[in-house]
Amino acid sequence: MSPRTTTPSQDLLRGVWRENPVLVQLLGLCPALAVTNTVANALAMGLATFFVLLGSSLLVSSLKRLIPGEVRISAYILIIATFVTIADMVLAAVVPEIHKALGAFIALIVVNCMILGRQEAFASKRPVHRAALDAIGTGAGFMLALLLMGGIREVLGNGSFLGVPLFGDAFEPWIIMILPPGGFFTLGLLLLGLAGWEERKKVPVRPRSWPHGVTVQVRSGAVAEPVEADHG
Amino acid sequence: MSERLPMVEGSRSGDATGRADTGSPGPDAGSPGSGMPEARSRASSLRLVSTLAVAGAVAGFFIVLVHLWSRPRIEAYQARVLGEAVQEVLGGPERTATFYLLDGAFTASPPPTADTAALDRVYVGWDADGGPVGIAAAAGEPGFQDVIRLIFGFDPGSGDVLGMKVLESKETPGLGDKIVKDSVFVAGFEDVAAPLVGVKAGQGTGGEDEVHMITGATISSQAVIDIINHRVAGLEDPLRRLWEAGLPAPAAVTRSGPVERPAPSAHGGTS
Repeated sequence: MSPRTTTPSQDLLRGVWRENPVLVQLLGLCPALAVTNTVANALAMGLATFFVLLGSSLLVSSLKRLIPGEVRISAYILIIATFVTIADMVLAAVVPEIHKALGAFIALIVVNCMILGRQEAFASKRPVHRAALDAIGTGAGFMLALLLMGGIREVLGNGSFLGVPLFGDAFEPWIIMILPPGGFFTLGLLLLGLAGWEERKKVPVRPRSWPHGVTVQVRSGAVAEPVEADHG
Repeated sequence: MSERLPMVEGSRSGDATGRADTGSPGPDAGSPGSGMPEARSRASSLRLVSTLAVAGAVAGFFIVLVHLWSRPRIEAYQARVLGEAVQEVLGGPERTATFYLLDGAFTASPPPTADTAALDRVYVGWDADGGPVGIAAAAGEPGFQDVIRLIFGFDPGSGDVLGMKVLESKETPGLGDKIVKDSVFVAGFEDVAAPLVGVKAGQGTGGEDEVHMITGATISSQAVIDIINHRVAGLEDPLRRLWEAGLPAPAAVTRSGPVERPAPSAHGGTS
């Protein structure tokens, strides 16, 4: 098995949509469910994670020759935790209201497996610029997913977008959408929609009437081909 | 779907760091371990420890730098929030000063040996004519989800609560958080006689100690009322003594202990 080779543009774009960390890889779901009750929270969480991911990827990729393999995970966690602590303090100093709303979830970026995953799978064995592209793409994908969820939940659950009321007084907010269950509903519906969309893109396998005694073996995504039935 | 996930990639043999000895499931994983990786692990344990130690020290250094930068901003923000809250619950007093509770009595100028950060305190406000309007006191107790922290204004002379503002709460969004957002509920704490009594919607008798609770957030509403009642009861004696003794001239007090006013911040930058 040879290592997959990718182009720089693939490194950048892969994480945004095709391998979106939340919607496809299902990583980092804890913040995606917990702090997407408003667009502002989702944006702040997305930006903080983006910063941590980019900083850690750059550092891990630059230092990969200095970090002994045996302690690499500890070293990655140390690097990630440092960036998270810095992000935490900067948010508290610059946007204290949002920092208060995000609560413990900023500190919990440390254990976001998406970030550690990118260090171990990518940044630790690629040149710095490729690691940066990958981190930017993955971070943007994470932010995109959070904003999607935050947008849906705030519009339905609070009748506003980024705090700006969208509907008149006649609109009764679906409070459930900004409560924890709303996060699960939104994520589930998004995943359902994406899966349905992926399914439609595939070549449809039309059932046909094969000659008697022939069964059809269908492999996912492959063209159906007839196989002689074994009547042995 | 697995072919999309670049999590496990095969051969690491080209890796310049030589970390093929970390048990990666590479093509040669099945071969009997040569003595080489173990020998290297033992030899390099000093290096492992020193790498992490150096990394930790460097990380700590940067965290300290950012902490030094952010701490004054965070403290300025907290002071501004507190100052605004004091102004709000006392109806915009002309002057305010901090009084510390020391040995059962309030004093505006505790001895320099006292650790003021650990002392209980109230904020006294004066109107433009120099007459005291009341005190603002912070308090916190468990609500429905977590501790609700609030500040309220109180007039020890008349025994009335003057106003209330929640500083911190994690009550249920849409229900319990109305204790912060429901302006009718918040306004219900203006000029009511302590101890407060919470009444449900439609059950009020017009008494001057009644606060209308929020439908759907009875526990959070009651918690707010209880917090204020407990705090007023706890401060009753020292406050009465402070009030009966007559308050020092505001000018003198302001010199000795200025309260955290909404300081003009050079940095701004809040949401």
